[in-house]
Amino acid sequence: MPDSPNQMPKAAPDARSANSPALTVRHLSVFFGKSAAVKNVSLDITRHAVTAIIGPSGCGKSTFLRALNRMHELNPEARMEGEIHLFGDDIYSRTVESVTVRRRVGMVFQKSNPFPTMSIVENVTVGLRLNGVRERKILAERTEQSLRMAALWDEVKDRLNAPAISLSGGQQQRLCIARALAVQPEVLLMDEPASALDPLATAKIEDLIVSLKKDYTIVIVTHNMQQAARASDFTAFFYLGELVEFGPTAKIFTSPAQKRTEDYVTGRFG
Amino acid sequence: MTAPNHNWRKFKNAFMQTLAFVCAILVAVPLVLVFYHLIKEGFTSINWAFFTQLQKPVGESGGGMANAIVGTFVLLAQAALIGVPVGVLGGVFLSEYGGTKLNWWIRFAADILNGVPSITWGIVVWALLVVPLTAPFRGTVKSVDAAEHLVTVQTPAGDTQEFKADANTRLKLNGKGQLDSLNQGTDVMIWYRQGNDNTLLADSISPSGLWGIFIATIIKWHNSVSGFSALAGGVVLGLMMIPLVMRTTEEVLQLVPGGYREAALALGIAKWKTIVQIVIRTALKGIVTGVMLALARVAGETAPLLFTALGNQNWTHSLAEPIAAMPLQIFAYAISPYDDWHRQAWAGALVLLLLVLSINIMVRFLTRDRFQPKI
Repeated sequence: MPDSPNQMPKAAPDARSANSPALTVRHLSVFFGKSAAVKNVSLDITRHAVTAIIGPSGCGKSTFLRALNRMHELNPEARMEGEIHLFGDDIYSRTVESVTVRRRVGMVFQKSNPFPTMSIVENVTVGLRLNGVRERKILAERTEQSLRMAALWDEVKDRLNAPAISLSGGQQQRLCIARALAVQPEVLLMDEPASALDPLATAKIEDLIVSLKKDYTIVIVTHNMQQAARASDFTAFFYLGELVEFGPTAKIFTSPAQKRTEDYVTGRFG
Repeated sequence: MTAPNHNWRKFKNAFMQTLAFVCAILVAVPLVLVFYHLIKEGFTSINWAFFTQLQKPVGESGGGMANAIVGTFVLLAQAALIGVPVGVLGGVFLSEYGGTKLNWWIRFAADILNGVPSITWGIVVWALLVVPLTAPFRGTVKSVDAAEHLVTVQTPAGDTQEFKADANTRLKLNGKGQLDSLNQGTDVMIWYRQGNDNTLLADSISPSGLWGIFIATIIKWHNSVSGFSALAGGVVLGLMMIPLVMRTTEEVLQLVPGGYREAALALGIAKWKTIVQIVIRTALKGIVTGVMLALARVAGETAPLLFTALGNQNWTHSLAEPIAAMPLQIFAYAISPYDDWHRQAWAGALVLLLLVLSINIMVRFLTRDRFQPKI
């Protein structure tokens, strides 16, 4: 559990005020069948900051991330308890559709997955087009804006109509980030976005993450502790489905309160 | 240590390898033989007339099977109209929706249907679409005498026939059951029996279009009293296509990596749009391949057409008439005693084989694209 009361304020009266968290998670548990993958986790995701989720394989960090935009519901076995509020809105309210939540909370996956039948520009605009945006001007604007934010514009501006899968692995992943940004989500979730990339491409993605936080709230799951240390402002350490420790990254990596956290970040297990 | 003698082991190895090789080659032998015979016997009979003319009467040489070639394509078009939408959407359901238990049963049913002998399909469609439309008498109502319970019907040839319609006659007339609701000019089918005084007693009178709006609009009343029709032939081939297309569609959709579905759903795209615009689009070539292979498979079917499409020596002007098809024509010619017709049968078999072969080659060509996932 977070040790500082600062990290877990009571739900702010005005959730949209400038300093309130982007996401407030309260007593979240996620079950697959009978087994709990995430157990009673409460934490706040600070807006315009990068929050890293670390932990050994199978600790529930990906499941936690997917619960933040209801992607875990794709698994028919999955069931959740607890509450998650996005800028004050209950994303699990009966009146809220998962589609709406996912438009506000975007996601980038471990394996880059640009749509193989589409060109670069079609991939960037697909979320807009399939949600009914038709104006060419808007689509063109968003394409450039998203590709620039994903630091890909200069590399692809001359071949926007080339097949997306003609790009390199690192470029494909940045294209996926641009695709997620084009629908202008409020929060961007990243599930080990650089784990399949070489060190150079990884460095680019990390720079990108840091530069994106001025416009977006980012939650990133990572196996790479250096990455968490370099790119994130807050770090949550998960172990066996429980949130062991949550706090500013510098504190987690230099003076963790819990013994298990210290063992993990110093590489003694995991 | 002396080297052990490996000769016996080497011999066994070489023997088994040779045996396997010979068996593998044997697979290709029938194909070569079929081609050799068809080209030898049929190639000389393939000429312009073969594709443009109808068959000539016995004794006259020349002629062709233009009607059968067109007929095969008409049957395939109908089969595709039925088999492709149902099969593809069924495959989409199996792959993308549905509880696992229900899917298991649907899959099981489709696999059984894929193994059903084609002649069985023929019998089923014959019973459903041919027999019910086989009326002893068909014609147009010329006049109705409600007082005398008499209906006068005119055949297409112009002959008139009078039927007695009493209280025992079942009138399937839009549920009204009244003789005077039988309008002049209505096309009817009449089941009848001979009465004592040489009158014909109608057992039942039905408008031709009673068997549903679908059939009513497509089956135009026609000359023949048989229920054999191009429509029945198309339906039987279409029904055979459904499980084939459904299973291949399901298989290729399953090959689309789940990451694409997740990526689309994470963009807030609705599920059906994800399926249509992302999943189906990614697997489109695989689906088209499955459809074409199913078409190639049913193109050569003969047995189910024997008692549905029946065959026709002339052009067919309506889907309600029997229609010629290449396999039927080949069969009819092959069992005939005439050399001219035998040559036509060889030529027909060659053209049919080339048709199926060209579909297969087209499929190979379609699936070559290197930007597609390997399907």
